[in-house]
Order: sequence, then structure tokens, then C-alpha cells
Amino acid sequence: MNMTKKLLVAIALGTSLVLSGTAAMAAGKQKKAEDISFSFEGVFGHFDRAQLQRGFLVYKQVCSACHSLNQMSYRNLSQPGGPELSAEEVKAVAAEYTVMDGPDSEGEMFERPALPADKFASPFPNREAAMAANGGAYPADLSLITKKREGFHYPWYVSPFIKLVKGNGGPEYVRAVLMGYQDPPAEAAQDAPEGRYYNPYFVAGPWISMAPPLSEDIVEYADGTKASVEQMATDVSAFLTWAGEPKMEQRKSMGFQVVLYLVILSILLFLTKKRVWGREPH
Amino acid sequence: MSGHSTYNPTNPVMKWVDDRLPLPRLMYDSFVSYPVPRNLNYWYTFGGILMIMMVSQIITGIVLVMHYTPHVDMAFDSVEHIRRDVNFGNIIQKWHQVGASFFFIAVYIHIARGMYYGSYKAPREILWMLGVAIFLIMMATGFMGYVLPWGQMSYWGAKVITNLFSAVPFFGEAIVTWLWGGFSVDNATLQRFFSLHYLLPFVLVGVVILHVWALHVTGQNNPAGVEVKSGQDTVAFTPFATVKDAFALCVFFIIFAIFVFFLPDYLGHSINYEEANPLVTPEHIVPEWYYLPFYAILRAVPDKLLGVVAMFASILIWFILPWLDTSKVRSATYRPIFKQLFWLLMIDFFILGVVGANPPEGWWITVGQIATVYYFAHFLILLPLVGLLETPKPLPSSISDAVLAKNAGKQPAAQPAE
Amino acid sequence: MSTAEAPDEDRRDFLYIATGAVGAVGAAALAIPLIDQMNPSASVLALASIEVDLAPIEEGQSVTVQWRGNPVIIRHRTAKEIEEAKAVNIADLPDPLARNANVADGSDATDANRVVDGKEQYLVQMGVCTHLGCVPIGNEGEYDGWFCPCHGSHYDTSGRIRKGPAPENLPVPEYKYLSDTKIQIG
Repeated sequence: MNMTKKLLVAIALGTSLVLSGTAAMAAGKQKKAEDISFSFEGVFGHFDRAQLQRGFLVYKQVCSACHSLNQMSYRNLSQPGGPELSAEEVKAVAAEYTVMDGPDSEGEMFERPALPADKFASPFPNREAAMAANGGAYPADLSLITKKREGFHYPWYVSPFIKLVKGNGGPEYVRAVLMGYQDPPAEAAQDAPEGRYYNPYFVAGPWISMAPPLSEDIVEYADGTKASVEQMATDVSAFLTWAGEPKMEQRKSMGFQVVLYLVILSILLFLTKKRVWGREPH
Repeated sequence: MSGHSTYNPTNPVMKWVDDRLPLPRLMYDSFVSYPVPRNLNYWYTFGGILMIMMVSQIITGIVLVMHYTPHVDMAFDSVEHIRRDVNFGNIIQKWHQVGASFFFIAVYIHIARGMYYGSYKAPREILWMLGVAIFLIMMATGFMGYVLPWGQMSYWGAKVITNLFSAVPFFGEAIVTWLWGGFSVDNATLQRFFSLHYLLPFVLVGVVILHVWALHVTGQNNPAGVEVKSGQDTVAFTPFATVKDAFALCVFFIIFAIFVFFLPDYLGHSINYEEANPLVTPEHIVPEWYYLPFYAILRAVPDKLLGVVAMFASILIWFILPWLDTSKVRSATYRPIFKQLFWLLMIDFFILGVVGANPPEGWWITVGQIATVYYFAHFLILLPLVGLLETPKPLPSSISDAVLAKNAGKQPAAQPAE
Repeated sequence: MSTAEAPDEDRRDFLYIATGAVGAVGAAALAIPLIDQMNPSASVLALASIEVDLAPIEEGQSVTVQWRGNPVIIRHRTAKEIEEAKAVNIADLPDPLARNANVADGSDATDANRVVDGKEQYLVQMGVCTHLGCVPIGNEGEYDGWFCPCHGSHYDTSGRIRKGPAPENLPVPEYKYLSDTKIQIG
């Protein structure tokens, strides 16, 4: 089966090379994010509930001042596989926000406290208002930020193989941007744009409109964890990864069952095939 | 092969039905007693795999439509709604999306197998041409389907590809406006793509039925490339081919499941998780991986119109492949030079894919142009010439002889394969 | 097909049955997600409850609000209507059960079991005929209550079925008083 082997090698190599380009193309000036080990990585990875709860606190107290989380509802905070707040805690969190409802019987819109079924309240009524309030820069919706941004960039000929294992580095990207504020190098400092900050990890960098959002102890963790910038950046990256795919844990556990089942069925089918073909020369 | 039917129902109900509508007979003759060459290898299981993938895409697609909203304001959010709120929605959505990639993986293997064993040659020209039509319909369906989630790459992919038609002399602008139903890709475009994305798979089913019909008229080609001569050369479709296909399918599904469950985003573009924004173009616009080689051919030609022509020609050329190949011998096993050329074509195609994925800058342009020229040279120059110049190896007198020779060759270790 | 000896035959049968059984289990399991996806999604199940202010509803008036896609009828009943509802003998009712989500299952269909104690004037019930789902019209029918025009079901002033094809009383949804004149349904 010379051809079989050759074709297999060719297919494996070829597809991965072809795929490489798609991943490698985004490589620009953006600096590669530091690869850290999150608890949710890998086929056995699970979210760390305490970390998600800390990350939610950071989002709530810091990020949500400007960044929406449009795809999320408060009820998501209590669903399995997430921060798993209790139903009462979720009600209390939701009640801190007001949402627009209506029209009532007089035809007026009215505000009411949010309920668990409501979507996360957005800091701005629309994109234009968000841009106007932020000097023309749009604070991105964070629902899918770890899915749409890539922190890792490798040369095209190795990228597909590394990313097969490490992924695109979306969570690492968020963490790197939050921690990546630094003094610009001398030659860049001269033409520093007004009101912007130097951050080489930013996707459209190195100048970013967002002021450094985190500083030590800006939030106080209920579990007593020290709120260092790195700790908060890591926690909120984990939280936003969960927000990008709240059912990730269910997906992986179901995947195990499906793959295990298919392997067993394949073995049985292989044995059946051998038996059926038995003495038929082929 | 269509011969005399051996269907003889013992069940009185089946007999009653068969006397009035011979559907049981058709099924029996097509999928049970249908004789297949005994020397088919695993590359021949991809036809069955493709059939299952087509059904899988249609079923998951119908399910997705139950939750999807084809409107520019809601399309992106409705896909997120499927991923987040619909029961099993996260799995079904990825099953469909990754399924498209695996459908194409299977079809590329199926096409390559056809080229290697000369399955397009007489009397299977129409069978082959129907296959090319199926591939074209798959391309169109996949393209429109990619637009539906209304992410950044959906939008800009749609814009770039529809703009290809602006290359048409005189009517280009009018055609593009007509395709869009507006002055840009917008709601009207999304809705018509949705409509056609739902329609085309059923057209596909129709052409696949013709493809299978044509197959059952001529019978399968086989790795030896010689026609079936006697009952000795064949085995019954059921259980022999059925169980072999089922095993191959199951292994294929293991890989498919690994991607659906553990690498759901690997084959996609990150930027498509950002909602379409008509005011901002992503840094690099690349189509899904399965279009990359053709995209590279498009970009290799510096002229707009000629680039489009070259891209379409690179697929349409397959329609005349049965007449471009002048050799009397089908299987590459017995064609030493053609076999080398086949592998060169595969490498060339892969290179085109890599070029298509990378930005058209620097030496990528040169590589893309060389690979494009080689691609067309293979079909238009090398293939006709090699058929005339090459001396094929002696053919086995029958499939049985080929099998015997192969099995004999297996025993002594030193014997080279094939 | 090749011929085989007897012991081989047994192993073969077992293998075939095992493979077929495992395959069938998989096919059945495959149906679960495809069927379950049509059940209400998480967002539908979590649909917010609604609040209704009863103060603007005058005596003898009804309002209809939408809750979970269905009409909910809220009627401020007159003293006469309450009287009529209380006077009915439970034994005469086609459906003797209260059908009220706020009282124990199997409670009698007395008028008291259809409303909240001390708030008898407000009847809150689903405006969905228990026959085939049409919306009954108020102040109609032979019992001064509701009348379903689709197939002629008559409900009384407590929303209980009295005559016609409908099998059950109009159901009372889960609701509670947030204040004296404000209720939350759901």
C-alpha cells in the first residue's frame, strides 16, 4: 500500500500547510502574548469556579464601565460550567442594574431593576454613544473577545501544528493587553498620539486609547486573593473565555463520550469487516 | 452493473409492494446484490462517506434554520443564541460548520482517487462530469453558508467574491448590483444567500442521484483499472462493501468528532466572531481553507478579468479531463510517468493552497504564478503528451488476476508493493 | 461467501449482533440532540415574569396582558359576579378542580380557590380555551362569564367551564401580590 502511505502523508502535510496560512496571516506588528497555563486548556480542562467569580468581579467593577457583554444574561452566572453563583446571588447582581422596559399601558418606556433573564446591561445605549464618550474609540463588546482575538503568532510553516495544541491564544491576548502597558521606546515616544497609551500587545497597536484599567487592589476579592494586576488580568481573561463559550465544559465531556463510542464501534466494525471478508481474496 | 434482477422477496408484504412499485427491488439491486469489484481499497469508501456527510449537513442545516434569523440586525446574535441557549445548539452548530470542512476533505480525496485510478475515462465520462457539477454546487453552497453567521469574514468574503463578477465586460457593475440587491452586500444579499443556501443542497441531492445512477450503469472502476469480466471479479455490495464503508466512515467520524468537540474553531477564522462591519475591512481576507488553491489562482493573474477566468477555468477544465488524458490505461498503478505527475499535481495543489492563505506579497506572488502555470500545464500539456509517450506496465488480464498477483506479492518480504 | 466451521459460526454471530447493537444504540443517541433542540431554549425558559398594575382596572372591566406568548385575562369582577360564582354547587361543575397554580393540586373548584383570599374582585386566568386554544370573549355566554366562539364553550364568572366541549376550567397562572394593587405573574 505504497500509495496509501504517500497519500496519508501528503494529506496530513498538505492540509496542515494550507491551514497554516489562515492562522498565520494575522501576524503583524502585534507582540506575541505570553503563553500561560489556564485551568481550562486542553481536552481535560475545566474552569476554576473561584477564578471565574474573581474574574466576574473584575469585569463588573472595572471593565463594565465602558465594555458591554451583550451576549450574556445574568442567569448565565448560575448555570453549570460557569462561575455558578447561587440563584439568589444572581438576582442580587441583576438588581444592581436597571434596564429599559415598556411601553407600559400609557405608552411610556420605563426603567426597572434587571432580572436574571435580562441581558447584561450595556454601559452605552449604542455604538455611537460609546464612541462619543470615549474619544472616538469604540470599546469592543467583550462577549467573544477571547475567540475573535489571537495572542499567538508563529511563522506560517509551524503555526498550524503549534495552534493545534495551543489554540489561538485569545485568553492570553486579553491578559497580555491588560498587563502590557509600558513606557514607549524613545523613538516612538516622540510621535506619541494625544491621549493614547503605548501597548505593543494590542491588536491594532502599539497605541491604544484605553487607559491602563487595572492597578493594584482596585478590586477587593472576597476570597482574600491578593488583587495584583497580574492576578486580576488572569482572572478576567478566564472569565471572558467562559463568557465566549459558556457551555465549553459540557462540550468537552460530551466529546469524550462520543469519541469513546466511535472508537468502540470502529473496533467492532473492523472485526466484523475482517470476518465478513474472511476468505474472500481482495 | 445493471443486469437481471435477482430480487425474490419471501415476505408477502414486500412482494405485494414490489409488484406494484418495484422500490424494494431497486433498493435491493442497488445496495444489496449490486456487484462491486473485489479489489476496491479504502480510497473507494469516500463515496459512501460523502453520501453520509451530505445527509448530515442537510439534517443539521434544517435544525439550524429552526433557530437562525436571516436579517443583518439579528443573524450574528441568532447564531450566538444557538451556541448559548438552544439545547445542544453549541454542538449542532459546530457539527454543521466543521462538517462543511470535512465534507470538502472527503470530496477532495474522492476527486484525487478518481484522478489517480483514471475513473473519468470511457465509459465513465458522464459519471465524472456529474461529479464536477457536484463539486461546483458544493462550492457555491459552502460560500453562501459561510456568509450566514454575518461575521466580519462572512461579510467581506461575500463582498470580495461577488465583486468577481464586476470583471465581466460591460455588464459587470449591473450584475454585481443585481447579485447584491443593493449598492453593497446588505440585508437583501443575506436573505437571498440564505434562500439559496437552503435550496442548493436539494439540487445537490438531485445531481448525486444522477451520479449514483451513472455509477450503477457503468459499474465501479477499480485500482487495477480493468473492467469486470466475470463473477469471479466481484463481490456483493452487501455485506462486503457495506461493512467496509461503515468501518471507514466510523474512523472518519472519529477525526470529525475530535474537531467538532475539541478543536471547534481550528478550521475557522477568529475574526468571524466579530459581527460584520461594513466600514472596516479585516487586515487579510481569506476564504475558508477549501477554496484557497482556487483563490491563489485568482490572485496569480495580474489582470482582473483574466484572474476570474483562470479561477473558474481551473475547475471547469475537469469537465474535459476525460478527453485531455490520451492514455488507454486507466490506473496510475500501471502508468509509471503519470503516477509521478499525479503526485506533482497534488504537491502543486497544496502549494497553491498555502499561497492562497498567505498575503499576496513578495515571493508568494512568484510561487503562486509558477504553481498556477504548472496546474494548467499538467492538464493541457503534460497529460495529453504523457498518454502518447509513456509505455505502460503490462495490465493484469482480470481483476481476479490482479488480486492474486498482489496477494502472492505479499508473502515474500522483499517484493516491492504495487 | 466463505464457508465456516460451527464454532467459528457462533463467534461470528455474536460479533455481528454486538456490532449491530452498538450501532443501533449510537443511532438512537444521535436522535437525542436533534429532537431536544426543538424544546424551549434556555432563554425561553428564563423569560421574565411580568408585573401588572391593577389600580387602573375599573370594576366590571377586564384587561388582557401577554405572558409567555399567551393572553392572561385579569377581570375586576362586580359584586354580582362574585355572588354568582360563589353560589354554584361544585357537584354541578363539569370540572370540579380549581386548576389554580397557586393552590394545592386537586383543590375544589370553589370560587375561593380560584382567586386570592381578600382580593376576590380580581380574577386572573389564562385566556386560552382548554378545548383547542382559542381566546374566549368576555361578558358573553350563558353564564355571564366567557364564551369561546370557536366551538361554543361557556365559562362562568369564575372562569369555570359550564357548557360546551372544553374539558377543564380556565387555568390560573402562578402569580403573587407585590403590593395592594400590583401583581407579578410568573
